[in-house]
Amino acid sequence: MSPVTPLKEVADIINEEGGEALRLCYQCGTCTAACPWNRVRDFIVRRIMHQGQLGVTDFEDEAIWLCATCNNCVKLCPRGVEIIDIMRALRRVVTELGVAKVPDSLRLTIKNISGVGNPLGEPEDKRAEWAQDLEVKLYTEGTEILYFPCCIPEYDPSVQKVARATATILKKAGVDFGILGNRANCCGESVRKAGDEGVFQRLAQNNISTLTELGARKIIVSSPHCYHTFKNEYPALGGNFEVAHFTQYLLEIMKQGRLTLSKEINSKVAYHDPCYLGRHNDIYDEPREVLTSIPGLELVELPDHGENSLCCGGGGGRIWMETKSGQRFSDIRIEQALKLEADVLAVACPYCMLNFDDSVLTMDKGDVIKVRDIAELVAEAL
Amino acid sequence: MGNEPRIGVYVCHCGSNIAGTVDTEAVTEFARSLEAVALARNYVFMCSEPGQEIIRNDIREAGLNRIVVAACSPTMHEITFRRVLEEAGINPYLIEIANIREHCSWVTEDRDLATEKAKALLGAAVRRVYYHQPLEARRVPFTPATLVVGGGIAGIQAALEIADAGDKVYLVEKEPSIGGHMIQLDKTFPTLDCSSCILTPKMTRVGSHPSIELLSYSQVEEVSGYIGNFKVKIRKKARYVDAEKCNGCGLCQEKCPIKTPSEFDAALGKRKAIYTPFAQAVPNTPVIDTGHCTYFLKGKCRLCEQVCEREAINFAQQDEIVDLEIGSIIMATGFGVFDPTPISRYGYGRLDNVITSLEFERLVSSSGPTGGEITLKDGAAPQSVAIVHCVGSRDKNYHEYCSRVCCMYALKYAHLIKEKLGAEVYNYYIDMRCFGKGYEEFYERISGEGTIFIRGKVGEVTDQAVSDEEKGKLVVVAEDTLLGVLTRVPVDMVILCVALEPPPDAEAVARLFNISRSADGFFLEKHPKLDPVATTTDGVFVVGCAQGPKDIPDTVAQASAAAARVLALISQGEVEIEAATAIVDERICSGCQLCIPICPYSAISFDEEKLVSRVNEALCKGCGACVGGCPSDAISLSHFTNEQIMAQMEGMLA
Repeated sequence: MSPVTPLKEVADIINEEGGEALRLCYQCGTCTAACPWNRVRDFIVRRIMHQGQLGVTDFEDEAIWLCATCNNCVKLCPRGVEIIDIMRALRRVVTELGVAKVPDSLRLTIKNISGVGNPLGEPEDKRAEWAQDLEVKLYTEGTEILYFPCCIPEYDPSVQKVARATATILKKAGVDFGILGNRANCCGESVRKAGDEGVFQRLAQNNISTLTELGARKIIVSSPHCYHTFKNEYPALGGNFEVAHFTQYLLEIMKQGRLTLSKEINSKVAYHDPCYLGRHNDIYDEPREVLTSIPGLELVELPDHGENSLCCGGGGGRIWMETKSGQRFSDIRIEQALKLEADVLAVACPYCMLNFDDSVLTMDKGDVIKVRDIAELVAEAL
Repeated sequence: MGNEPRIGVYVCHCGSNIAGTVDTEAVTEFARSLEAVALARNYVFMCSEPGQEIIRNDIREAGLNRIVVAACSPTMHEITFRRVLEEAGINPYLIEIANIREHCSWVTEDRDLATEKAKALLGAAVRRVYYHQPLEARRVPFTPATLVVGGGIAGIQAALEIADAGDKVYLVEKEPSIGGHMIQLDKTFPTLDCSSCILTPKMTRVGSHPSIELLSYSQVEEVSGYIGNFKVKIRKKARYVDAEKCNGCGLCQEKCPIKTPSEFDAALGKRKAIYTPFAQAVPNTPVIDTGHCTYFLKGKCRLCEQVCEREAINFAQQDEIVDLEIGSIIMATGFGVFDPTPISRYGYGRLDNVITSLEFERLVSSSGPTGGEITLKDGAAPQSVAIVHCVGSRDKNYHEYCSRVCCMYALKYAHLIKEKLGAEVYNYYIDMRCFGKGYEEFYERISGEGTIFIRGKVGEVTDQAVSDEEKGKLVVVAEDTLLGVLTRVPVDMVILCVALEPPPDAEAVARLFNISRSADGFFLEKHPKLDPVATTTDGVFVVGCAQGPKDIPDTVAQASAAAARVLALISQGEVEIEAATAIVDERICSGCQLCIPICPYSAISFDEEKLVSRVNEALCKGCGACVGGCPSDAISLSHFTNEQIMAQMEGMLA
């Protein structure tokens, strides 16, 4: 083994890119033990922290790109180190300084987002196609609610059902709402975590100015990632909007008596807490309350739930990167749900839906379990 | 001494503490320009002997009669410089300190602004000292009795030291017996002395000492007064057992039909509704727990009364209020233990055989519920045990501080488990902190016994097996940070080394005794290095874990130190109190009596003949509350006169 010399210059760059909290790490390894990657492969988070402290990070290592930003380690870290910020800083060093290669699939996706505002690279004017036959109006000033579905439910044919169910519910409840149509952009949450601060800033500014111009007050989102950005990141950039996740809003209108669920759904449903709804934003109860108010529905808890929820693997830009077979957290999650003999795995995040649908397909379990968004279940129970 | 003020100004460099930020030469030059300043100098350390000599010499040679020292906080050296004035033959109250360190050089890096602020502070002090008047310090008698609050090892040690010197001690303990946490421990590190063998002789001495009055099962309810003259109200809770008649035979406990979890045994064992917490309790008089006693709950039973030949049971007993006059108070209220339930990943309360360190102490103690056998919930002996360090300590989510004793008792546990069972022991640590005398040697000894050390904080304790060998076990998940690999170790028992934390009532107790707490919640010492057992309230001392987590040797040393401080006060016989007192101008006083309820020391009374308020100088503490409260401006406070304060403000703004 050749001796290693600490490189102060590299450590300084990592600090400048937002990794300053690194200095607090006392190398206890809690992060490693908390990280879901270690259920499927080695990922020594602590070592990455220490390499950063010494400035001896191996930027060529794929480890830089593994973190799914699930927040489990951050919640447990005894020194309060924002480990996600450190991972983001390392990625920014790669992206901005070009010291190594950004994984191909990620680079392509960010190029799409940068060019046409959505990760799928679909034309901007097709953004509202999902709503064509639903008579959903475009948002204008004075409309009560702005519904912001997220690029995946807008463009991805297999997830459009979520946006459609949501719009159906809102209409049924008589909610005065509108959408942005082709004026929307990706919220930028995952882009930022993937290390491309420049593209994030541009997306955020576009969205903020559009929303401000239209006088948007209350925004309902389907994706916890959009929720996180609107709630926790846009305010620092001048965008202050009232935002609610769809499950929160659903509960609100149900309590107001604007919506009643009458049809029975006789299913055993396991609810998967999305990282960005649960650990990142402490929303655990509302989705469960919505589910249990569906007549006939039996809610069961997965072994890792609530603040200990197992990540689907899709955060931090991972949704756009290939995860090897045998290393997908979503496979473990499906197994957990199958063990409980649940017929439905209920989700509240488009990324989770993509990953779990994939797992059900590759595991060939489509006949015993279905992945369904809470909005779909509620629409069915109307 | 001429009547015209001749002020000497001394600007201290405090090494580079002040001079590094403040231009002391410019400040000195500024002082020379001020009215009534006869001379101004600066010097590297004014508090040093040569520095003091400069002032003494100038007072004698240059006929100075007022002094301003621009230096550190007056809490640091005002007394030093007052003494200098006295030695040079002028009244010690003719000095004013300008704090240009804590209020100036330490709080900015801007040299120009710091220098300007130092000038303003100095100018204020010069104007103020111009109006200072000579005052006489007052001395009041010092009550030679001491109150010790808390009967753990800290309180016991302090009480015995003072009582052995022949002075009266009142030892208050809220539990039915003294002994504290130490009496719950089995062995003590690093010598492995039996804890109760070394503690019970001291407890017995407390119980029989002619100079100690033990008030067990009692709590302090009110504290008033000040150093040398505290008044304390104590509630002696009813035991429902007459201590005079009871001979401690224990028959009542034997016959009582009610069983409830024993607090002393960390709820691992049971006690009766009438009980002494443990066999060697001092006093050995039982108490009736009215929350569980059938008679108190349902109005019948009285079995204990029937079996007591000495007729000591008295269901009609009432709480008793004891009023005491006290000279000084020693706070020895100890610690609480962290409840690990909120760390859901450790499974405490959910998984059998995940226990806390205090529970393990009772489990391994020969006086404990298993007679010292280390057993699992089902009674079997564990073949492997994981000891998890830093549970609730060194963790921003709970307590940021290190609890200081866990590494050492974890080593002790490893030894006891090896000795009794020969089981496999895994110690999960972040850093081994073995800093005391003989501690590192103990670490080496335990290492030699074959304990396995894994450097890493445990992430999870789970019963979800992923292999056959994990089935039916507790699996401890942690990174071995030295190997850089995730480890899963199946064990039978997990001991959580829980943090020492302030007791739940620490805030209320601090308020009752008017003492401060540090950010971690423990009681704050006056100075962490140079005055570690005093508090911010004169005459109130703090010892042991009430001040912060510490081991038995450190606790005993602090207790003895506080006792020495108390004995020094007692031997002086009287105590000097602030010269500043309130004075009522009888010509202005309208007799409205508004000041009387305002005074926290009950020092103001009403003169029925002259129809004016009058201040008792011996009781007045010079707090100034009445001065602010008087609607006619009839009360003034010496050393804080309107004239002095206005001059100070003018000087500041000049």
